[in-house]
Amino acid sequence: MKWVLVALVVIPGTIGDVLNSAGMKHQGELDEWSLGALLRFGWGILHNWYILAGLPAMALSFFALMALLSRTTLAFAVPATASSFILETAMAKFWLKEKVDWHRWAGSILVAIGIVLLAL
Amino acid sequence: MSQRVEQPSAPITIGNTRSHHLFVKTTVLALIVMGTNSFGNYALKMGLSGDAGVSSWSPMPYIRALFHPWVIAGVLLMLGWFLSRLVLLSWADLSYVLPVTAFSYVLSAALGVVLLHEAVSDVHWAGICLITLGVALTIFTRPGTTPPGGSAVP
Repeated sequence: MKWVLVALVVIPGTIGDVLNSAGMKHQGELDEWSLGALLRFGWGILHNWYILAGLPAMALSFFALMALLSRTTLAFAVPATASSFILETAMAKFWLKEKVDWHRWAGSILVAIGIVLLAL
Repeated sequence: MSQRVEQPSAPITIGNTRSHHLFVKTTVLALIVMGTNSFGNYALKMGLSGDAGVSSWSPMPYIRALFHPWVIAGVLLMLGWFLSRLVLLSWADLSYVLPVTAFSYVLSAALGVVLLHEAVSDVHWAGICLITLGVALTIFTRPGTTPPGGSAVP
């Protein structure tokens, strides 16, 4: 049962992150920090279909993580969900078409291994 | 708001004002993302492992848990994490944000040592070193590498 929860944390979380990133690429960079610019930015988020589509996936992942943490230990939950780093980096390269060079691949893999070791 | 210019993900040179400004605002936002995430997770763990602890498939216990003070604090911090992460993603790639903000794991371990006097084993030190190395490899690449409007967005 706990592996079902792990899948419910990782897969919807990855989909939500990719949709969020796609939505923010579509919206453009926030480079002005006035109240008006922030309100326009927030208004844009509320009308961004990628962000809105990602919210249910993020919510499912969040509640699955709550359920996983209440049933298992951090020592299990953290390493089990660290695989999302590799999966999301692959999605960023192949779906979002980001230029993922060896620095980023190595960074993601080292971080994922490091998180597993921290949880042991 | 402005659109980004396509850039390779090769390491950046912090030699001009634009690069310096980008590096500073990316670092500040990443610190906010990491701080809200670390303290948010801590608050949620405190709330869910106490009286508000739940272990049911029914959604009602989770909805009731949302009214626990620690869980309220955790949810507010996670909302801050979500919004600050969206702002960061408006100019930085997902493949950049993921490893860089993972430094929060190291910060959490450091908080455990300093505030809770937790012991750090050799395996934990190895994990901290690997995460730090992974962040160092990523943080000096250009944050954004996709063309204006995000060519990847279908």
